[in-house]
Amino acid sequence: MKHSGMTLIVRSVARLVTGFICVFGVYTAVTGHVGPGGGFSGGVILAIGGLLLVLAFGRHGSLSLFTEGRCRVAGAVGALGFVLVALSGYAQGGFFVNGLPHEWETGGTILLSDLAVLLNVAAGLFGAFLALSAFRRRPREV
Amino acid sequence: MGVEYLILALIGFMLIAALVAVETRDLLSSVIALGAAGFALSAIDLLLGAPDLAITQVGVEVITLVLLIRAEVTRRDTSTPALRDALRTGAVLLAGGLVLAVVLLAVGAFGDKAALPAFGEPVLAGGGAVPPGVSKDYLEKMTLTRAEGGTGAGNAVTAVLLDYRAYDTLGEATVIFVSIIGAYAIIRRVGRKREGESL
Repeated sequence: MKHSGMTLIVRSVARLVTGFICVFGVYTAVTGHVGPGGGFSGGVILAIGGLLLVLAFGRHGSLSLFTEGRCRVAGAVGALGFVLVALSGYAQGGFFVNGLPHEWETGGTILLSDLAVLLNVAAGLFGAFLALSAFRRRPREV
Repeated sequence: MGVEYLILALIGFMLIAALVAVETRDLLSSVIALGAAGFALSAIDLLLGAPDLAITQVGVEVITLVLLIRAEVTRRDTSTPALRDALRTGAVLLAGGLVLAVVLLAVGAFGDKAALPAFGEPVLAGGGAVPPGVSKDYLEKMTLTRAEGGTGAGNAVTAVLLDYRAYDTLGEATVIFVSIIGAYAIIRRVGRKREGESL
């Protein structure tokens, strides 16, 4: 069972589309302070991109890139980053004080918080999918 | 006005889909009906002018559908369903909903001292008997600079989520993180790694 994924058509389409989905997910998070979207929406879209890869290429084809251990690390980095953004407010006088410049509609620390939430949510949802779809296999399928 | 009827129709569709999801015998049909209800909800979000929520709802719905269908396809349910009194369940649910609606109307959805704001009005914007709340303040000052009490963000939802109410979002992110960690701990196939085995 070399290719445990789907047919060639599905794999080709997934190869073409996944990049766009992931870019759109990051775009949704990065422009969250000026348009519809934000860290949570972007993270969900990013997780869907990874999910498509796993569905199309099977567990063997995608495990070289994503392991659940890496997902756990990425989620932890996202959560820690959000806490760091919160703590950075102390430099300006308090917890979660938005101290970065606010001109040009940048929103200060909102962008950083968005990125942290993006990492947290994407890694969390994708890791949950990996866990649910990959862990409970019979040993002969693994 | 037309939007309200569209939303009511979508709510009706959601009710039917939810009943199908609960009452159908086939697990796959149940999952698909659940997805239909979720997509109708995201359409309602869009009609009510909440694109942020609609995007998230569609994404979460897709992930849930794929997860449940994958779980269902790999492990087909062989148990025989127990007979249930669907009519009695439906009657109880309908009665409960009617009582809730009557109570809400009696508390006052009409008149000058209405407890509920009119349809489409923000609850905290100071409509009716509710004192003028914070959301109106947020919306007015949102795009101002920091010195003027704003955030500089153009998107009201993100401004509230990640600046005014970032503490709540920190709690939310913590909930997601901890629940995923808990899911890992429960779902993993083996609790302990054997000698010389790599995960």
